[in-house]
Amino acid sequence: MRAVRCPFSEADVRAMKLGEVVALSGPVVSGRDEVHIRALKYIDEGKPVPNCLEGAVLFHCGPIMRRLDGGSWSPIAAGPTTSARMNSLEPRFIREFGIRAIIGKGGMSQEVVDAMRVVGCVYLAATGGAAVSLAEQLSNASGVEWEDLGMAEAMWKFEASNLGPLVVAIDAGGNSLYEEVRKKLRHGGFTA
Amino acid sequence: MVVKLPEPVKNVVENIIRLANTKLPADIVWALEAAAGWETNPAAAAQLGAILENVKKAEVLARPMCQDTGIPIFWVRGRFDHSIADDIARAVRESTEGIPMRPNTVDPISRRNNGDNLGEGMPCIHYIPTADDFTEVSVLLKGAGTENMTRLRMLDPADGMEGVKRFVVDSVLEAGGRPCPPSIVGVGIGGTSDDCVAMAKRALMEPLDFMEPERGISDLEEELFVRLNSSGLGPMGLGGDTTVLGVKVRKAACHTASLPVAVNIGCWATRRASARITDSDVVYSQGARL
Repeated sequence: MRAVRCPFSEADVRAMKLGEVVALSGPVVSGRDEVHIRALKYIDEGKPVPNCLEGAVLFHCGPIMRRLDGGSWSPIAAGPTTSARMNSLEPRFIREFGIRAIIGKGGMSQEVVDAMRVVGCVYLAATGGAAVSLAEQLSNASGVEWEDLGMAEAMWKFEASNLGPLVVAIDAGGNSLYEEVRKKLRHGGFTA
Repeated sequence: MVVKLPEPVKNVVENIIRLANTKLPADIVWALEAAAGWETNPAAAAQLGAILENVKKAEVLARPMCQDTGIPIFWVRGRFDHSIADDIARAVRESTEGIPMRPNTVDPISRRNNGDNLGEGMPCIHYIPTADDFTEVSVLLKGAGTENMTRLRMLDPADGMEGVKRFVVDSVLEAGGRPCPPSIVGVGIGGTSDDCVAMAKRALMEPLDFMEPERGISDLEEELFVRLNSSGLGPMGLGGDTTVLGVKVRKAACHTASLPVAVNIGCWATRRASARITDSDVVYSQGARL
């Protein structure tokens, strides 16, 4: 497992190889359905969007958070959510914010893969459901934006330390491990 | 585990919600360990290793093993009265705060979240009255990753069992990595459209090591298990030898002009627990044939 540190430059992510397993350290922002919907709506309306999204590592995750006595928030369970739900909004989201990496599960559509290739962004597959292990690799939230969206949908800011294992499942050259697996499935002729 | 009464039903329900969240049923742990042993794809073996490590941590730390604590779905079987719905609702509200569980339920139109995992039509409870002298409450924590992959098709009788098998295999492979494979596949065959989906979901409550008594059904389960595990989809859809941990089929009589088939998938973290309450004690387990 190779240790990688974000924020990433375009060159950093273009150097990542398909199938490579990495452990990530550095700032990570959570965002799923509602963050995508609101961020793009605000841009259309000319309203400001939190600057933590610029060039960010975006974690498709709706964590369980617990408020500590001092008022800070601690992640209790923080695994990836199904990325495909964000397929329709993600190409524009990647372009608007120059997202450099997405952590999620299950992969994303060809339109998203294309946007990742153009902008220079990778998709890092986390183990779905490995929520306690992944939460231990995240700091207490260093901040939260759009808390009104609710615990699962808010934009939580974390510092990751050796978050992983993460598989480079879509690289910045337009290659997808999911597509490779799918092609082999079809050739296997398993539909009865 | 046997606990002497008196224990309020609400507490029993809280106990099964906590058990399901924090401890993966032993039959699923065994299946995952076996899969990790036979997996020839190193990347897939790494996924299974990460899953098993997480399962251990969740149990030791008494934390929910997955952040999507789902929508808790209940089955109440045996003897009971209307008050049990209120006991279950209070248990859901208090467990949301106490375990904690993620507040997941929202109004479908306004998307407003009240933060307590309740709301219109919640909690979801199925009732099975019987002449038994116990009350059995079961819970399945159903996340959206799997629930969103639910499929129902009203096949033509002419499609036959080949049509049923094709539909199940296609549904699981099209779902790909989204429902967190290796998964457990619940299948309903027959009934009415609504019953068919309900059967597919109920099938997920049954432990994997419970042998299906009807030969025709057990053969079908085995055939689908082999077909799906030779697909190469693998853990998390990233490729590998382990795509499903089990296939569970339920059937019911249907209209002569219909052949309904439904698929309801359970992720590797198919979180289930049951409690059987009698006059003298409460017996906890992690699954039931419903």
